[in-house]
Amino acid sequence: MSEMILFQDGVLIDPLSQRDGKYDVLIRNGQIESIKSSIELKKEYRIVNLKDKIFCPGFIDMHVHLREPGFEHKETIETGTLSAAFGGFTAVCCMPNTNPAIDDESIALFVQSQGKRANGGIVDVYPVGAVTKRREGKELAPIAELVQAGAVALSDDGAPVSDAEMMRRAFEYAGMFDVPIIQHCEEPTLAKHGVVNEGFVSTSLGLPGIPSVAEEVMIARDLILTQYTNGRYHIAHVSTAGSVELIRRAKKEKNRVTCEVTPHHFTLTDELVRSYNTNTKMNPPLRTQTDIDAIKEGLRDGTIDVIATDHAPHSLDEKEVDFLQAPFGIVGLETAIGLAMTELVHTGILSLNQLVEKFSVNPRRIVGKPITVEEGQEANFTFIDPNAEWKVDIGQFKSKSKNTPFGDRVLKGRAVGIMNHGQLFLY
Amino acid sequence: MKLSSKHLLGLYKMPAKDIELIVETATSFKEILNRPIKKVPTLQGKTIANLFFENSTRTRISFELAERRLSADVVNFSSAGSSVSKGETLKDTARNIEAMKIDMVVIRHNIAGTPHFLTQVVKSNVINAGDGLHEHPTQALLDMYTLQEKFGKLENVRVCIVGDIAHSRVALSNIYGLTTMGAQVSVCGPATLIPRNIQMLGVKVFHHIDDILPKVDALNVLRIQLERQAGGMFPTLREYHRFFGVTKERLGRVDHPITIMHPGPINRDVELSADVADGPHSVILEQVLNGVAVRMAVLYLLSATE
Ligand SMILES: [Zn+2]
Repeated sequence: MSEMILFQDGVLIDPLSQRDGKYDVLIRNGQIESIKSSIELKKEYRIVNLKDKIFCPGFIDMHVHLREPGFEHKETIETGTLSAAFGGFTAVCCMPNTNPAIDDESIALFVQSQGKRANGGIVDVYPVGAVTKRREGKELAPIAELVQAGAVALSDDGAPVSDAEMMRRAFEYAGMFDVPIIQHCEEPTLAKHGVVNEGFVSTSLGLPGIPSVAEEVMIARDLILTQYTNGRYHIAHVSTAGSVELIRRAKKEKNRVTCEVTPHHFTLTDELVRSYNTNTKMNPPLRTQTDIDAIKEGLRDGTIDVIATDHAPHSLDEKEVDFLQAPFGIVGLETAIGLAMTELVHTGILSLNQLVEKFSVNPRRIVGKPITVEEGQEANFTFIDPNAEWKVDIGQFKSKSKNTPFGDRVLKGRAVGIMNHGQLFLY
Repeated sequence: MKLSSKHLLGLYKMPAKDIELIVETATSFKEILNRPIKKVPTLQGKTIANLFFENSTRTRISFELAERRLSADVVNFSSAGSSVSKGETLKDTARNIEAMKIDMVVIRHNIAGTPHFLTQVVKSNVINAGDGLHEHPTQALLDMYTLQEKFGKLENVRVCIVGDIAHSRVALSNIYGLTTMGAQVSVCGPATLIPRNIQMLGVKVFHHIDDILPKVDALNVLRIQLERQAGGMFPTLREYHRFFGVTKERLGRVDHPITIMHPGPINRDVELSADVADGPHSVILEQVLNGVAVRMAVLYLLSATE
C-alpha cells in the first residue's frame, strides 16, 4: 500500500524552479508525484490543508553545535535534531568542536549514524570536519578521509585557523575535494580576552572588549589567501559593518567567498549587555546598530548568502556564573525562522523568496546538499505560517539547553512543520 | 661526438642531442657492466673527487663504482651536517681541489646552486650529484635511460611523477629532461606539495591519482618525507597512502600495464605498496644498475670535453 499525501492550498516558494504561488503537491511514499495548480481529490489521499501557509525546500542550518560526543550535558544529537525539527529545519551541519573533535573519519561516521538514529532520521546531520588535528591549528586534519566519510565542509570553529600558512595549506588541500573552509574570524592577538564588543558599552560596563577589527583583519587576510590559492571560503557569523564591506568587494572581484549571519546579529545590539545577562554573551559579540544596518543591507543586496544560527547550547549551571567566566553562545534553532520573519520579512528587507534562498538554496549549495522540488524527487519541505504571532516560551524548547536572550519575545511568523525522508512532522 | 658543456649542472636547457649521447653511451657501458670483468681503462690517470656535503649513500656508491669501473683515482670528501658557513667551506675546499690537480668534481650539496658556484672557482669538470631542491641530473638521466630501454623511445611516452613535487630535485630534473625529449609529462600529488606555476614547464597537474593512471605508461614515484607532515603539508601517512599511494588494487583497475620507477629509498606501503615495488612492472632495481652505467657515460663524456 502506498501512502499518498496531498498538500493543498499552500503557497510553494522554490527559487530554483522559480515557483512562487499556489500549488497542490501530491506525495507518494515520500516522493513528489505531481505539482499542479490544482490536484483532484481522491479518497485514499491524506489531505494536509496549507491554507495561509507557505512551504519551501527544506531549510538547513549550516552552523550548529550539537555537542555530541563529549558535552552531552549541553545537547545531544537526539535533542539537537528535535530542536531543529521544531525550528523548521530538515538538515543541520554540526561543528567539530566536540570531544573528541570531528578530526577523524570515525567521529564523522559516528555523528552521522547518531543523526540517522535520532528522531527517525528526519533531520539530516552533516558533519563539518576539523581543519587541523584536535583543532589546534598546527597540523592538517585528515581532510581527504573526512570528506570521504561525509564531511561537507571544514572548520576549526570555536576558534579560527589563526596561522596564515596553515590557512593557506588548508585552502590548497581542501581545494582538491572542492569543500569550503568555514572560518570563525577572530584575530587572537586583537581579540585577546575580550567578552563583549569593544566600544562605548564595553567602556561603560568595564568589560574587556573584542574589537570589530579582530574580525575584519582576519577576513581581509583570508580573502587575500583565497585569491592566491583559489580556495573556497565561507565566513561564519559575520558581525560587523566592516566585514560586510570587505565581503561585498571580494564578491565583486569574483573571489570564491560566501558568508552567513546569525539572527541575533541582525536583531540585538550590545546595549542589551548592560543587563550583565550571560545570555547576551556570544562570540562574535553583539555589535552596534550601525553593524545591524550594514548586515541588513548585506542580506538585502546578496552580500550575505546565508542565515545560520550558531546554535550553541550551554547548561544552566554553566551560564549562571559571572560575565567573564560564562561560556560564549546561545541556542538558536527554535527562534531562527521567527526572528528572520519578524526582523527581515515583515519589515520589508527580504522577500519570502530571498528568505528561502538564505535558509535553504544558498547554504545547501555551499555544502553540496541541494534540493530539487520536482516530480520524482524526494519530498523535503519546510512549512511556515508567515503571520502567526507567538511568544517565545523557553519552557517549550526541545533543546536540552535554554540559554537564549529571546525568552518572552513576541515574534510574527514561525515554522509549523517539516517533511523529509518520507516522514511528515507537523506541529 | 662531444657534449656541449664541460659540466653537468642540470638538465635545464640541456640539448636533446646531449641527452641522446649520454643515453647511447650508457647503453655500451651497461654492456661492460654485464661482463665478468667489469673494468675498463678509460679514465686511467684521472683523479675524481666526490664532495658530499649532504648524506647520500646510494648516490655516492653509484658514482664511486662508476669511477672505479673506469679506472679513475677516487678521493672522497664528506662533511654532512657541518655547521661552518657553507659558502666559505666550499670555496676553501675548491681551492684545495685546484692545488691537488683534481680533474673532475662530483658535488652533492643541500643548497641549490652550489655546483654552479663551484664552476666559477675551479677549472675541473663539475658534476651535480644533487643540489638542494634544484636538480639531480644523473638521477633524471638514469630514469630516462630506463624508460628508453623499456619503451625504445622517449618521445610521446606518458610519464607521471607522483608525490612531493615541491621538494624534489628529481622531479625538476626529470621534467626538464623529459619535456626536452618530447615525452608527455604530468605530476600528481597533494595540492600542498605541487609548486606554483609548475604548469609553465609544460606538465599537467593532477590531484587524484585514479584520474591519471589510465593515461600513463610509466609512473615515477617519489619518496614522501615524514617531516612534510609536521610542516603542515599533508595530514598523515595513512591518508597519503589511501589517496596517493600506488597500490596493486589501483593499478589493477587500469587495463594496461604501467611501468613503475622509484628513485629510492622506498617507504614501502606509503607511496608504493610492497607488491607493486616488487611486482612484474617494477624497474626499480634496473634503475640502480642503469645509474652506474649513466654515471660512467657522464664521466667519460665530460672528460673528453675541453
Ligand atoms: Zn564560531
